[in-house]
Amino acid sequence: MQSYGQEGVLDWAGPLLQGALVTLEIGLSAYVIGLLLGLVGATAKLSGWRPLRATATAYTTLVRAIPELLLIILLYYAGTQALNALLHEFGVKGSVEISGFVAAVGVLAFVQGAYMTEVIRGAIVAIPRGHIEAADAYGMSRPLRFRRIVLPEMLPNALPGLNNLWLILVKDTALVSVVGFQELFFTAQQAAASTRSYFVFYTAAGALYLLMTLASNALFTRAERHVRRGQPGT
Amino acid sequence: MDFTWLTNTFYLGYLWEGFVNTMLLVAISGSLGLALAVLLALGRIAGKRPLQLLIRGFTTTIRGTPLLVQLFFFYDGVGRVLTQFPGVRDTFMWPVLREAFFYGALAFTISVGAYASEVIRGAMLSVPSGELEAARAFGMSRFKIIWRIWLPHAIQICLPTLTGELILLLKSVPLVSTIAVMDLLKAANIVRDETFLVYEPLLLIAGIYIALTLILTFGMRIVEHNFPGVRPAASRRGVLALLTGTRRA
Repeated sequence: MQSYGQEGVLDWAGPLLQGALVTLEIGLSAYVIGLLLGLVGATAKLSGWRPLRATATAYTTLVRAIPELLLIILLYYAGTQALNALLHEFGVKGSVEISGFVAAVGVLAFVQGAYMTEVIRGAIVAIPRGHIEAADAYGMSRPLRFRRIVLPEMLPNALPGLNNLWLILVKDTALVSVVGFQELFFTAQQAAASTRSYFVFYTAAGALYLLMTLASNALFTRAERHVRRGQPGT
Repeated sequence: MDFTWLTNTFYLGYLWEGFVNTMLLVAISGSLGLALAVLLALGRIAGKRPLQLLIRGFTTTIRGTPLLVQLFFFYDGVGRVLTQFPGVRDTFMWPVLREAFFYGALAFTISVGAYASEVIRGAMLSVPSGELEAARAFGMSRFKIIWRIWLPHAIQICLPTLTGELILLLKSVPLVSTIAVMDLLKAANIVRDETFLVYEPLLLIAGIYIALTLILTFGMRIVEHNFPGVRPAASRRGVLALLTGTRRA
């Protein structure tokens, strides 16, 4: 016998896992883009040109002083409209629909980039000045200097911060459910509402998030051991 | 930009209510959360092994899951189960238990407790053991050592970090708008729904939040400066660095 509205709790296991996968996808995409934004931001903050430095400082300060949820809602609506306005400027007719995925990733990456900027800037500043000068004295080009000297020396300093930011990002992905993007928590809310098993589904969603954070923590610990090889006392 | 709706007393009423609730949530969850954090930190350091493991599991779980999920867990999950118990509606607690505000405060208190307990635990472990030995040599009881020597010094060490935690608490308050608590964001959303303005209300409360962060930062800086035994140099930091602090996972 089929009765309306009596879905089993187990029927939602598949969608929930699917949602977890989407969460990982937007998390990873936003992380990579945020990392690039952070590199650009850190370069801007360390540059000698004042306007560039001021722009980067305004970016990191504002993003970090405004609540994430508010920022996500603001950017979610403003971002779409701003892009359309920009396209109109360039003479493109009509409006583009930004997919939920792109908007979610864009918004999270923008927020993430501000924190990344600070972590990367701090890690670069911690490199002894002499090492950079030595690289210059050897006649290394800037890309070579970055790849051979700056990057390997910066990573041990940056990795704890990067780990921290990834954990924050995984948890921040839940915020895009508020603007109606279907990820893990949004699915859990749907499941809870339709089966009326609120307790079960919020616990399940929490457990999946915990699994992700614990697993990535273990990975980052290994990565940190790897980049710190050859350093004394670790 | 259209801010003419600010002359509407209804909307101003919403905003004021949202502001008051935001401040109340920070005050309640901040103070109760710090008290919880101290208890958790003490349990982690001085408790029996099973208690230590329990607390560790608790803090890991809270720190490893999104606050939004915890909020719904308490409000929709625990709240609904609680109302199904027969006697609950008759108890004196019912007027509190049916309010979404209560579940918001509960979730934030637990969250602050879990995050700050790690901070306080770290600070307690970095208090020089000689001080504790000296206290014991004076014949102080265990409780007195903790109350007079250990905690004050630990809090002095981690005060700037705790300020950061408080600002993070302030910044997570908008989450309660999702469980129908009238906070600033909820007020802004009502204005948006009724006036069809997309950004203006959001921009206004973004401004309010920046101002609140600044005020909280300066307020805490005064506390830090006047905390007994703090060397002035220790808390002399840039305003921008204080404003934004560092985030933790």
